[in-house]
Amino acid sequence: MPQTWIILGATSTIARGFARDAAGRGDGVVLAGRDVDDMKATAADCAARGAPVAEVIAFDARDPASFEPILKRAAKIEGTISAAVFVGSMPPQEDIDADPSLIDGVIADSYTGPARFLTALAPIMEERRSGTIVGVGSVAGDRGRLGNYVYGSAKAGFHAYLSGLRNRLGRSGVHVVTVKPGTVDTAMTWGLDKLPFLAPPEKVVGDIMKAVDKKKDVLYTPFIWWPVMTIIKLIPERIFKKMQI
Amino acid sequence: MTWKTMDYTGWGRVHRANGDVARPERASALKALLADAPAPAIGMRRSYGDACLNDGGRAIDMTRMDRVLSFDVESGLLHVEAGAQIGALLKIFAPSGWLPPVMPGTGFATIGGAIAMDVHGKNHHGAGSFGCHVSELTLMTPKGPKVASAEKNANLFKATIGGLGQTGPILSAKVQMLKAKGDVMVVTERRVDGWDEFLGLLDRSDATYTVGWIDATARGDQLGRGILEEAETGGGLVPAAKRGKRIPMDAPGFTLSPAVVRTFNAAYWRRVPEAGRTVVKPIDDFFFPLDKIHDWNRLYGKSGFHQFQCVVPIAAADKLRAMLDRIAGSGLASPLAVLKRMGPGRAGFMSFPMEGYTLAVDFPNRTAAERLIKELEKATAEAEGRIYFAKDSLASAGDLSGMYDEHAQWLKAVKAIDPDGAYETDLTRRLKLRSA
Repeated sequence: MPQTWIILGATSTIARGFARDAAGRGDGVVLAGRDVDDMKATAADCAARGAPVAEVIAFDARDPASFEPILKRAAKIEGTISAAVFVGSMPPQEDIDADPSLIDGVIADSYTGPARFLTALAPIMEERRSGTIVGVGSVAGDRGRLGNYVYGSAKAGFHAYLSGLRNRLGRSGVHVVTVKPGTVDTAMTWGLDKLPFLAPPEKVVGDIMKAVDKKKDVLYTPFIWWPVMTIIKLIPERIFKKMQI
Repeated sequence: MTWKTMDYTGWGRVHRANGDVARPERASALKALLADAPAPAIGMRRSYGDACLNDGGRAIDMTRMDRVLSFDVESGLLHVEAGAQIGALLKIFAPSGWLPPVMPGTGFATIGGAIAMDVHGKNHHGAGSFGCHVSELTLMTPKGPKVASAEKNANLFKATIGGLGQTGPILSAKVQMLKAKGDVMVVTERRVDGWDEFLGLLDRSDATYTVGWIDATARGDQLGRGILEEAETGGGLVPAAKRGKRIPMDAPGFTLSPAVVRTFNAAYWRRVPEAGRTVVKPIDDFFFPLDKIHDWNRLYGKSGFHQFQCVVPIAAADKLRAMLDRIAGSGLASPLAVLKRMGPGRAGFMSFPMEGYTLAVDFPNRTAAERLIKELEKATAEAEGRIYFAKDSLASAGDLSGMYDEHAQWLKAVKAIDPDGAYETDLTRRLKLRSA
């Protein structure tokens, strides 16, 4: 059965790589994001690589009115509908501390926007009894820390949401993969100093594809982040609160 | 962050640069960068010397702009972003019977780099250079995209092909792909005993793809011995080439000592049976044999290496023989040495190719090798040949006199689009290419 991926946040570096790999496997892609001109180029690229469907729809995680056309389009595409969510935003924590109104946008981009979209999409997938949801969270969601705790808290909320969604959709044969990437070599991290275990986007995309195939529930990518975060999560709060990591 | 301050090098790792590098992923981001302050574009930095360096200045890494914008399955016309790599395009399109029209020795080279150097491949004698297959270019300027072709902005088009990036970043290009019979290579390998036989075989070869490996350590009667490879695309089934071994560290200095190289070369030459043989290879194995080992440049140790490449007219073959004799006598060459006959095909004012013979030899970076290369460059000028900007890292402005006879036309077109020299690189400064 043909599979088509609805890709939210399709202009991000990792999403672009994911769309490209999906196209190479013969899957269709519906690219959703804000920069329509850029997504048109990615859609052309996917079509050249073998995607039978390669479309572009404007999407803004902060504007629920933009969700409707995508949901309508999804309902009309035959075969398996899958979704991959790459949206999120991470302004520097100092900026947020200076202007708390930024918090709403971070939460909408990283958690409530995608959660609202996926909740609306879920019935279509349940009805077809197939498909996969790839939800990209972050290792930052595993524990709130000094450097990015608003972003981390939004991703933590998204992780909990995905876990519940997995519990619900598993009953209908729909699988949900929670992806927790560490630092990835993208436009967002370019030029930032001293990033640990910086991974190329192709590596992360490859890991995500493997996790989809194997129906993995939670993926840390690169794998080194699993032991790292396991240890970080074990540090007692009494000590953690004094740490700078 | 837009800019990252970093150290970077060319493939030969002799020249180094430190500066701010941006890596845009979208056309809008590239435009914004140029509007702020124009800077030269760089790709996978497979040029050996300093063509891809801007020490102390800014550079724009184009490798993330690598999408296919359209492909016509009927005609084979490809529109692609300049950061796309030749090898990646080969992988996408070979299964449907289309190949990049010209492939340099590494599949990691980008389309933008292939245009800026007007690269050639093993089919140069028949197909010409890469630029001969480019029908249209889109440059990014601070004001937005600007299209150039043989019909529109013709001088800008010819100044961009082989133009060392001096007309500004290439956003995308339309490339006529080449129809192939299949996605494997049928390769005939022949042992060649010496120089005269080699030239004779190269002259007579009517294969689509022809290249000679030459033992640059063999002397006397054996001078110019090597292996001639002639190949055609074909249908068939061979397992895909295995990719991705890495060189984990810089090799120690003795790895490529004269005795090791002589021994290796002799064994490599004998590897092909005396009567020759025909083998079937995966397509990328034939075109990009060294790409299997990532970072093979580290085999030359941390001081890096040079490649000397020149082309001389047919009539100057004897002068090229004398150059090879000098190289063999020096004992400095590495096993990587290539001899090929070039056709006349070139597409830009500053393109390297000319009808004649081209010789390319790698040398570990030692003082004696630098001296030898300087001598070879002089000999090239005397033979009325050219040295190749994609490889050179040693020449000085005076050595080039007369080599690039369309330099004035190039300079005029470059000055029109970049009057302030914002796209200058370490190479153009070293060779004073931007001053009349």
